[in-house]
Amino acid sequence: MGIDAWASAREIAGAVARGETSAATIVEAALARIEAHDRAINAFTAVVAERARAWARAVDLACTKGDPPGPLAGVPFAVKNLFDVEGLPTLAGSKINRERAPAARDATLIARLEAAGAVLVGALNMGEYAYDFTGENIHDGPSRNPHDVARMTGGSSGGSGAAVAGGLVPLALGSDTNGSIRVPASLCGLFGLKPTYGRLSRARAFPFVSSLDHVGPLARTAADLALAYDAMQGHDPDDPVCADRPAEPALPALDRGTAGLRVAVAGGYFRRGAFPEAFAAVDLVAKALGATREIELPEAQRARAAAYVITTAEGASLHLSRLRTRARDYDPAVRDRLIAGAMVPATLVDKAQKFRRWYRARVLALFETVDAILAPATPCTAPAIGQQNFVLDGVTLPVRANLGIFTQPISFIGLPVVAVPVPLKPLPIGVQVIAAPWRESDALRVARALERAGIANGSPVA
Amino acid sequence: MPDPLDAYIDAAGRALELPIDPAWNPAIRANLEVTLRLAAQVTEFALPDEAEPAPVFKA
Repeated sequence: MGIDAWASAREIAGAVARGETSAATIVEAALARIEAHDRAINAFTAVVAERARAWARAVDLACTKGDPPGPLAGVPFAVKNLFDVEGLPTLAGSKINRERAPAARDATLIARLEAAGAVLVGALNMGEYAYDFTGENIHDGPSRNPHDVARMTGGSSGGSGAAVAGGLVPLALGSDTNGSIRVPASLCGLFGLKPTYGRLSRARAFPFVSSLDHVGPLARTAADLALAYDAMQGHDPDDPVCADRPAEPALPALDRGTAGLRVAVAGGYFRRGAFPEAFAAVDLVAKALGATREIELPEAQRARAAAYVITTAEGASLHLSRLRTRARDYDPAVRDRLIAGAMVPATLVDKAQKFRRWYRARVLALFETVDAILAPATPCTAPAIGQQNFVLDGVTLPVRANLGIFTQPISFIGLPVVAVPVPLKPLPIGVQVIAAPWRESDALRVARALERAGIANGSPVA
Repeated sequence: MPDPLDAYIDAAGRALELPIDPAWNPAIRANLEVTLRLAAQVTEFALPDEAEPAPVFKA
């Protein structure tokens, strides 16, 4: 297979390792694609061309010397602009952060991907301070969905979705507090991994809600997710939430199929309040996996409510001093949510954290009889950019807060999830494959099996 | 007599030293109403007095 815009990270790394092409050639082609096509999808807020060329040369030199080229040799990647990139101010989608000093060091995950041979090419658009499910940004303009540029990417990792679905790079990093990897993966038709809370280091990534913040990759194939995930695992003392446990590589078992894995469909809350295509995608996936059992995550709606309360209060805490001095420099939609969050009584937040432990225990009990749970990733396919409301089960609701109704009850207790893209027509939509804590490898195995069965497909844009 | 939630927003804004433009009040109120409605779903769920919060500090 030729190395074109739609080549996977695995194909690129293989071709570089075999000497069939060079990292420099691959990276130059990625930079040319960004130059030619980013204007249409508005994925990038910064391109680090000279840095990328220099690192590509270093990767090629290592190959020439016979050093191990790394599992991601020559793979161009980009990161949501809340990750520190040495020499750039870390925007986190905001106007205010443009005044920050340039970052002194790369985020841990960037360093780990580059140590595996990958090449950072730039930073990506996102919803302001990650308090967003749309991918719209009042300062940088909306990231645009490559399947239909008049539609949302989903957010807040909107540029990450656009850059990968648009064929600019095969791999991007995002963050996910309540769904910000899984929502754009769903609307852009990509594989996205939100790992277990504490699995991947958040060091030198701009925070939002420490209790709920996760980071992870988006890609067009399940194998690329696993490759990147394996390269990024491992304890990091710079992130106090990062678990001190050994790496558990997912790639070795990726092609093992689903034999031995018990798969069920989430019922109740996860079978209502969505457009028919969300359920159609879950049904397709369930049928392909032979999953006939339905199980209920108890009190999922309350879990979503509790995640909402913790998010708004912790987000407000993070921003309190800026709200006092720079309120007019925020996106008004973000500002007004944060100001309201500052006024939430602490008693309600404490209740939400107590409910969280109750809910965690009940959901973990389900994993005694099941290994993976299927649920919609979003209630709909990509809405139009600027769309304010949609109607779910006869109720008019704001798009911005409700694209995450199915993702929030899962990240609330830190479960690992792979969002799997189902290529419905005219637009794709994602299904969440949810596994027990620290069992990312199970979710990735299911995702890969669905890809091999032709049910899930992350590329290319038709 | 002002609406209690409007009065609360006004008082909390002052207490927290948040400079709130009156034009922002309807959106702040709408957001706070949603949050309080969702929080009520959580608080109405009975938990034992012994319930521990999810985050656990280790000395």
